Amino acid sequence: MTATVDTGLFGPYGGRYVPEALIAALDELAQMHQELKNDQSFAAELSHLHKTYSGRPSILTEAHRFADYCGGARILLKREDLNHTGSHKINNVLGQALMTKRMGKKRVIAETGAGQHGVASATAAALLGLECVVYMGEEDTKRQALNVARMRLLGATVVPVTAGSRTLKDAINEAMRDWVTNVETTHYILGTVAGPHPFPVMVRDFHRIIGDEARAQVLELTGALPTAVLACVGGGSNAIGIFYPFIDDKSVRLIGLEAGGDGLETGRHASAISGGRPGVLHGARSYMLQDEDGQTIESHSISAGLDYPGVGPEHAHLYDIGRAEYWSITDKEAMEAFSLLCRTEGIIPAIETAHALAGAIKLGKELGPKATLLINLSGRGDKDVQTAAEYFGMV
Amino acid sequence: MATSLERVLHQAKNENRAALIGYIPAGFPTVEGCKRAIDVLIDSGFDAVEIGYPYSDPVMDGPIIQEAADQALRNGVKAKDVLATLHHATERGAAAVVMTYWNPIEQFGVDEFAEAIAQAGGSGVITPDLSFEQAQPWNESAARAGINTIYVVAPSTTDERLRKVTGITSGFIYAASLMGVTGTRTSVSHSAQELVARIRQVSDLPVAVGLGVSTPEQAREVATYADGVIIGSALIKELLGKDFDKGLLGLQELALSLAAATKSANREVRGVQ
Ligand SMILES: Cc1ncc(COP(=O)(O)O)c(C=O)c1O
Repeated sequence: MTATVDTGLFGPYGGRYVPEALIAALDELAQMHQELKNDQSFAAELSHLHKTYSGRPSILTEAHRFADYCGGARILLKREDLNHTGSHKINNVLGQALMTKRMGKKRVIAETGAGQHGVASATAAALLGLECVVYMGEEDTKRQALNVARMRLLGATVVPVTAGSRTLKDAINEAMRDWVTNVETTHYILGTVAGPHPFPVMVRDFHRIIGDEARAQVLELTGALPTAVLACVGGGSNAIGIFYPFIDDKSVRLIGLEAGGDGLETGRHASAISGGRPGVLHGARSYMLQDEDGQTIESHSISAGLDYPGVGPEHAHLYDIGRAEYWSITDKEAMEAFSLLCRTEGIIPAIETAHALAGAIKLGKELGPKATLLINLSGRGDKDVQTAAEYFGMV
Repeated sequence: MATSLERVLHQAKNENRAALIGYIPAGFPTVEGCKRAIDVLIDSGFDAVEIGYPYSDPVMDGPIIQEAADQALRNGVKAKDVLATLHHATERGAAAVVMTYWNPIEQFGVDEFAEAIAQAGGSGVITPDLSFEQAQPWNESAARAGINTIYVVAPSTTDERLRKVTGITSGFIYAASLMGVTGTRTSVSHSAQELVARIRQVSDLPVAVGLGVSTPEQAREVATYADGVIIGSALIKELLGKDFDKGLLGLQELALSLAAATKSANREVRGVQ
């Protein structure tokens, strides 16, 4: 039977804009993703790893003291920071690593910005006995030196990328070049819901467990759906993961928080939707930062994991149809929220995640005590201690 | 009406030889320098030139073309410079096409870009990251403008897909010699000849082989079985990081020997047949 490989379009977004050499591998991946949806043994294998290895289901924490700074709104934190390796990234990586095994490939490559996806990939590779190479912009290897060391401890090879802006987008370019060359033996574990079809749907499907769990947890705790769901948006994987199961709940506002860097008006930011326009980057059409000729503009953010000029195509579509909102949060607002969560709840969040917390402070003040805000606490801040300590003048 | 590219390929076929096609990014090493390099290629016997549109995220390209494109972008090369360079080549009487990643076309306007290529005398556009599934708007605009749509196929392309992709291709089919990115290689992958043979099963269009073809010996080898030989990184390497005038001399020497090798190849081999 020849599978009809669907084209992976979300309205006018998504699709495949890639070298022809990759099409066969993408077709194989898309077909496997379809087949595994109904494969009980795969589901059981993944679910076993979630339970016994990464620590799912992740808990829901009510942030009472932090709520005082959010206009008294009820604040519920979905604790993806408690997953093994410290962020939501492991959900996707375990899924793709298991797929790699099924494809009979022995080598995985990954790109990483903050290093969380790289660490998760190195971890899964160690667990499943796969060779692992992680591409990381040279700039990010400096910002996130601790995570470089973690990847190396886990047995992965970290390749600093010196092309272009030396950040996440260039790491993705380099990973694609490796993949084009070694596609017969290698699987590319793309770390977010961007890239060519089937990555945006496949990565979403591995992360929707966040929203599935959270929806049930919120209903059990409060007896109702939340007023809004908030998540930070780099490529958009933690956001789509928690949004997706709420898409048909029309009363629930979905709000993605993009990195505003020095502020949208300065042009130094990473807000692809709030500050960009549609174009093609890394194999898919979506919103992106670009000049009038379509050259990608370098993004800026204090957060390495959000420092990306593009965004996943499903977010572009949710924005266009008005189902989700995207706000821009500056470095300063994010760091204030970061500090506040540390001091009110005893939780050090990732700086990426702090953008979602800053969004909750704004929305809570607007809506007041009747609102319940569900926030995806996508990762923990251990990796950011150096950056934060420098930011606050503590070292 | 046939494009100049189609006429040149037809003529090479009549002369029982492969056409020689050279790639250079617009604006490299400078906008004017690129035009002079193109003159050298034409005067040395290249049949056609591909003008690269430098792009910020060239995932198909290895270090040499990345560096050249980067240099061009740092020089501030814009769409108008790419078109002016194309115009320069066609005014010199060469068959010329633009090779570009997709986003610059989309931002320029799909219809507008096709029309601008035709206005500059260009024969067509090579679109290495425009997948078959996404190609329809471009094919329609290109058809209206009367220019060729040149697509790349790879060793991993299935026979079924070869049929589809060659079905929307015109001018020539770009056969990627290997699985990988652009760059110089010490030998031409054997997968190139296999791919050309598979393409011949499904299409009568001329087939040109590119990616990694670097030396006169490799060009001669490819010219024994393909209708076109595409040289990119090796030409650029002559100019990269060198004094421009010295670089041009090196480029001329390489270009002349590539032309001689390509032209000698088919006579020997096909003469025997
Ligand atoms: C903790 C954390 N949150 C969010 C992100 C951003 O990625 P995405 O938008 O795909 O969730 C990252 C990326 O590194 C991260 O480490």
